[in-house]
Amino acid sequence: MSAQPPSTPAGAPGVEASAAESLAAVTGPYFGEFGGRFVPEALVAALDELDAAWSAAKDDPGFVAELDHLHRTYTGRPSIITEVPRFAAHAGGARIILKREDLNHTGSHKINNVLGQALLTRRIGKTRVIAETGAGQHGVATATAAALMDLECTIYMGEEDTRRQALNVARMRLLGATVVSVTTGSRTLKDAINEAFRDWVTNVESTNYVFGTVAGPHPFPSMVRDLQKIIGIEARQQVLDLTGRLPDAVAACVGGGSNAIGIFHAFLDDPGVRLVGFEAGGEGVDTPRHAATITSGSAGVLHGARSYMLQDEDGQTMESHSISAGLDYPGVGPEHSWLSMIGRAEYRPVTDAEAMEAFRLLCRTEGIIPAIESAHALAGALVLGRELGPDSVILVNLSGRGDKDVATAAEWFDLLDGKGVTA
Amino acid sequence: MSQPDAAAVPSRSGAAIDAAAARGAAALVGYLPVGFPDVDTSIAAARAMVAEGVDVVELGLPYSDPGMDGEVIQDAVQQALDAGTRTRHVLRAVEEVAATGAAVLVMSYWNPILRYGVERFSRDLAAAGGAGLITPDLIPDEAGEWLAASDAHGLDRVFLVAPSSTPERLKRTAAACRGFVYAASTMGVTGARAAVGARAEELVAATRAAGAERVCVGLGVSNGAQAHEIARYADGVIVGSALVRTLKRADGDGRAAIGDLRALVADLASGVQR
Repeated sequence: MSAQPPSTPAGAPGVEASAAESLAAVTGPYFGEFGGRFVPEALVAALDELDAAWSAAKDDPGFVAELDHLHRTYTGRPSIITEVPRFAAHAGGARIILKREDLNHTGSHKINNVLGQALLTRRIGKTRVIAETGAGQHGVATATAAALMDLECTIYMGEEDTRRQALNVARMRLLGATVVSVTTGSRTLKDAINEAFRDWVTNVESTNYVFGTVAGPHPFPSMVRDLQKIIGIEARQQVLDLTGRLPDAVAACVGGGSNAIGIFHAFLDDPGVRLVGFEAGGEGVDTPRHAATITSGSAGVLHGARSYMLQDEDGQTMESHSISAGLDYPGVGPEHSWLSMIGRAEYRPVTDAEAMEAFRLLCRTEGIIPAIESAHALAGALVLGRELGPDSVILVNLSGRGDKDVATAAEWFDLLDGKGVTA
Repeated sequence: MSQPDAAAVPSRSGAAIDAAAARGAAALVGYLPVGFPDVDTSIAAARAMVAEGVDVVELGLPYSDPGMDGEVIQDAVQQALDAGTRTRHVLRAVEEVAATGAAVLVMSYWNPILRYGVERFSRDLAAAGGAGLITPDLIPDEAGEWLAASDAHGLDRVFLVAPSSTPERLKRTAAACRGFVYAASTMGVTGARAAVGARAEELVAATRAAGAERVCVGLGVSNGAQAHEIARYADGVIVGSALVRTLKRADGDGRAAIGDLRALVADLASGVQR
């Protein structure tokens, strides 16, 4: 088992002395030396507005009730947990329990965050939302919330990704959003974020930026975390009810890190529970083609926050690679960098091949097609199970469903010429 | 944060602006990214700008994620990076352009400076004869290390203000700047515009009222007539995308491009006369 987490370093910026005992009480702008606001001055007023609005809203019973109502009647919360014994048979006898965020409306955990931010947009009197998207999950969720709440919506998506995820582009357009194909830089998620920030700085009076993950400038890492932590709050109780105890480990995939922080957060102050984030190892962390930011990156500033990132010796952002578009990002949220640095959470790479093997296994053994992102956490759980041994309990965040990934999987497994998958 | 009196350290860009004022003009501040279309041409182009009347040169350090820049500069810096431009080329460019006697500022997003080492970059920039740094994505709130290093090496530090800045933030930014305050004329990214934002004049007045010694206006300025308009109320006029665009000739003729650049600088230089 992992050691007791060290307490927060004394005097670390942003850490209240009274909160030093509770890791879960730590909130932005800084998580240890990570986080902050590295943004153009033009955006500071909007970030301050958002910060103040979120601080007020999250403690406002009216806002909380409205969000809770949406969760119950629109998203389908609480999401269930599912124990998967046939899958777990490949994990050394451990018990594996999935938190089924894949069953949420729109197909992933992204809706949790988006509904909160869309309500907040209305609350601050703005009429237009913008968002970045990689795989399209956050874009679809944002377009959905915008349709529901009658907000104008523009989604920025790298040209590369609009081709890889054409179906999600159509889905967003069906929901009434404008999808802008971003042709600058590497034409992927990081460039979509740059373009969304450019839109925001230009249209900030009418527009709110609905950021999709726990990265970016303060208050996004804290606000998105606050909106996603319902995953862990529910799951912690559900696992207690099912097994009578806390899990030995919690596993989640980490791109920017919102589903991971969402399920980790409720366990931060349970030192006996190991928290393990699985990053996209792509073709291997010994190759240049991966997105394992914490495993092999270094500290730097990207998209408004100081965190680990993939960069070259001159501080230029390096291109990441993953079979999973949702993990294909060269940065990571600052709270994860901090949890890694203080040793409370561990982060390990999972290769494309390992993730796809776990993807196949869950399909065949349990009849659940996971998102390829989530398959990284499943692959990690197989390894953890063998490490922790029989009767250990591992909670996995199944952050999304795999409908969007059928084309990628069909290509990977060579299903299109009739050969099929061999079990 | 301990902050010695910014005015106690002499400012190279401030002196250049004051010299322009003494001859009855607003200072002309011209931006070009190093490495576009290649390192040597960018240096020659910057030196040509000085010869035609640019008072303060802003040399851009190409960055992979230029969030404050519009298309013209994005494309130029991407091309510079693709051609292999590195931080060391920027320091070489500073040295060669500063040899003209002009005040030379480096315009850089924060991560390349952080990666190089804030103290080490400050030392090397000062040694190359550079005047200081313009930091479009660094606000004074996050700039503790840079405030200390710029004091230690006598460098100017130019932060930005925007039409959305509150009076408190204008005050804080004005106090942190040395040389001048960069007033973004409009809410948006870099790029030539038909008209400069009407809020620019108000922003300059508010920034002065917040304690700024000198305020220069940038974003959207593309010709002598616009420069003239801004010169009425600002200490300097900053031009970027319009200059970069002259170097983007479709025919790739470098000599003709620098000719186009010279003609535009000459127009702007006559514009800034009050």
